[in-house]
Amino acid sequence: MGVDLPMIWALIIAFGLMMYVIMDGFDLGIGILSPFVRDREDRDLMVNTVAPVWDGNETWLVLGGAALLAAFPLAYSVILSALYLPLVLMLAGLIWRGVAFEFRFKADEAHRPFWDKAFAWGSYIATFFQGVALGSFINGFKVEDGAFVGGAFDWVTPFSLFTGLGLLVAYALLGATWLVMKTEGALQRRMRELAKPVVLGLLALIGVVSLWTPFAHADVAARWFVLPNMLFFAPVPILVVLATWAILRSLAGDGHTAPFVLSLLLLFLGYTGLGISLWPHIIPPVVSIWQAASPPQSQGFALVGALFIIPFILMYTAWSYYVFRGKVRAGEGYH
Amino acid sequence: MFGLTALELSRIQFGFTVSFHILFPAITIGMASYLAVLEGLWLWRKQSVYRDLYHFWSGIFAVNFGMGVVSGLVMAYQFGTNWSRFSSFAGSITGPLLSYEVLSAFFLEAGFLGVMLFGWRKVGPGLHFFATIMVAIGTLISATWILASNSWMQTPQGYQIIGGQVVPVDWLKVIFNPSFPYRLVHMTLAAYLSTALFVGASGAWHILRGRSTPAVRTMVSMAMWMVLITAPIQILAGDAHGLNTLKYQPAKIAALEGHWESTPGQSVPLILFGLPDMQAEITRYALEVPYLGSLILTHDLHGQIPGLKSFAPQDRPNSTIIFFTFRIMVGLGLLMLLLGLWALVLRIRRSLFETRLFLRFAVLMGPAGLIALLAGWLTTEIGRQPWVVYGVLRTRDAVSNHPASVVSMTLALFMVMYLAVFGTGVSYMIKLVAKGPQEGADEEPPHDKDQALRPARPLSAARDDVDPAIR
Repeated sequence: MGVDLPMIWALIIAFGLMMYVIMDGFDLGIGILSPFVRDREDRDLMVNTVAPVWDGNETWLVLGGAALLAAFPLAYSVILSALYLPLVLMLAGLIWRGVAFEFRFKADEAHRPFWDKAFAWGSYIATFFQGVALGSFINGFKVEDGAFVGGAFDWVTPFSLFTGLGLLVAYALLGATWLVMKTEGALQRRMRELAKPVVLGLLALIGVVSLWTPFAHADVAARWFVLPNMLFFAPVPILVVLATWAILRSLAGDGHTAPFVLSLLLLFLGYTGLGISLWPHIIPPVVSIWQAASPPQSQGFALVGALFIIPFILMYTAWSYYVFRGKVRAGEGYH
Repeated sequence: MFGLTALELSRIQFGFTVSFHILFPAITIGMASYLAVLEGLWLWRKQSVYRDLYHFWSGIFAVNFGMGVVSGLVMAYQFGTNWSRFSSFAGSITGPLLSYEVLSAFFLEAGFLGVMLFGWRKVGPGLHFFATIMVAIGTLISATWILASNSWMQTPQGYQIIGGQVVPVDWLKVIFNPSFPYRLVHMTLAAYLSTALFVGASGAWHILRGRSTPAVRTMVSMAMWMVLITAPIQILAGDAHGLNTLKYQPAKIAALEGHWESTPGQSVPLILFGLPDMQAEITRYALEVPYLGSLILTHDLHGQIPGLKSFAPQDRPNSTIIFFTFRIMVGLGLLMLLLGLWALVLRIRRSLFETRLFLRFAVLMGPAGLIALLAGWLTTEIGRQPWVVYGVLRTRDAVSNHPASVVSMTLALFMVMYLAVFGTGVSYMIKLVAKGPQEGADEEPPHDKDQALRPARPLSAARDDVDPAIR
């Protein structure tokens, strides 16, 4: 048996996407939380905690796009054209907040509030439409002859708008627990308080999505609610509840790092559940990773570069997080 | 919007976003090599002007790099959002090439950009110089992958079509396709020229403002040497590229020359100016120079180029547009040659930094490299029409199935946002240029001293005391 290239590429892209979700997730979360923090110094501090790393996080988004085109051109063309408006709005949000991020450091006092607002708005728009895109992806796309044949507004469904809101809550949790880890004193207390309702809200949202999806899609129900699958997959929802409980406990106690790590686990579990529901479809509900794959000559050629360079990117990422580890204090900036 | 079809709007949107994007990588490519030369001279000659210039330009380089990354994010998605039929058909070739571009860019960023921008005092001079050289090489490698992809779309080879999809048969043939070497050389030289003109104009502006410091004079002098050497080489490279295009895309040559009739046995004149009319199939008000067309385009006084009428009307690129974009590019190229020669004459007369008329000309020529670069790209891309993969896939068959109203909305959004975002970015860069290089004494770059606690990201390498807002 030869090497299953589409499988390897699906894992690489799934990994890259997860890296993106958890890493850009917490820095988008900072933007989502920023309107709730009035104090100027606290707001600067929040931004400072992610300043050294945020743009590296978006690396994974560009890499994901290029890799999808190389390995699964059919999926790239169908998904991106079907999600035209939400993706363009997401990109607009990301660009807007990216430059706002940089320019708020450099702007005069008079211009700062403008860039602050741009940072918050950009974060909300980017996250909401990312969530909408996710929901539409779960809903699936109308495909005929290798092209999307649905309408320009097919993505507007109650479910996708709901997942848009859901992702805002999820990223807010990542942002709040990240700040519990990276800050001290009043801001940290504030974030501990804020994180509690957010994590409960997220649990409720995950619950709703977990029921809504199998009710709307018979094949998803068939994946989860039959024996023996039910037993294999049972740890996922159980762990979700346990993780939520553990987050609440560590928030109430003296946990600094634990809430963030557990929140990452929660997101990872949600991501896994999604993977179980959709596997092996890359264009839900019918096109599989093998049907959408580019020829082996293409996947093999691109794989050489990916396997050589992705480890370097991972090492560099780990190193930059290591360098900027520890608490960030007011007036100190970065270290 | 304005009665345009979804296809036309998608083309305008792609052209708009890619034109904005390409300006930043072009300066990145040129500036990275310039910085490597400056650092080499500093290590070799130990004259502080080179170090001061290095620190001055590396801050501007950093902002420019950041703008390139941000504008590039959109490009990675547009092939799917707006050109989905192109992506599903040809993604198996352009996708891996694009992935290699992204991977090389990130590899470079992960490894060496941080050292280059923030490591001046943290690593030894040898290692720092090595990092700068690697960044310069990295920008050229990125350009190589992107131009391989674009050139393959212009002159495709090394593939088969199986089941409605392109399948790569020979990657070496795909990458080293017939127009690739010419396009790579032409684009790299264009990036170098654009940077030299930008640097030269900045220096000339400072001298005109009465700030003729040694660093500023060195800046102007180096830029003018670069223009003097590169402009003629670029003209030769462009000429060779033209011969290559005549061989593989004769319709493009006929259109950019406004040449309609095939005239066996007669020489082809060169139309200096005119107004090509696509409906009437004629170039109106043509001002012709006999023999010159044959001579330039075929290097033979009696050489032939096929007229545009010998191609079916649906296979003709729009002559009215590329006739002019081509002339803008060539005209600016000749002005660059003039600038370089004038600088040489003044240098011999030892009045390079005192001749105000020349300095004003140098300031005016500041954006000429980038304008010529855009005009050249418009010529080659519009000249490729009606094909997106030349002779294989038509542009109208490549576009996504969106209603015109939706593409109008996104186009308007991109226009407003790009003008705001990149307008602010460019104005910030120009403000940094206007501050001028800081004189000697100081052993460390400004961003190392004042901003010791800044994060290690490109834009953070720029000065903090300059407000980006447009006023």
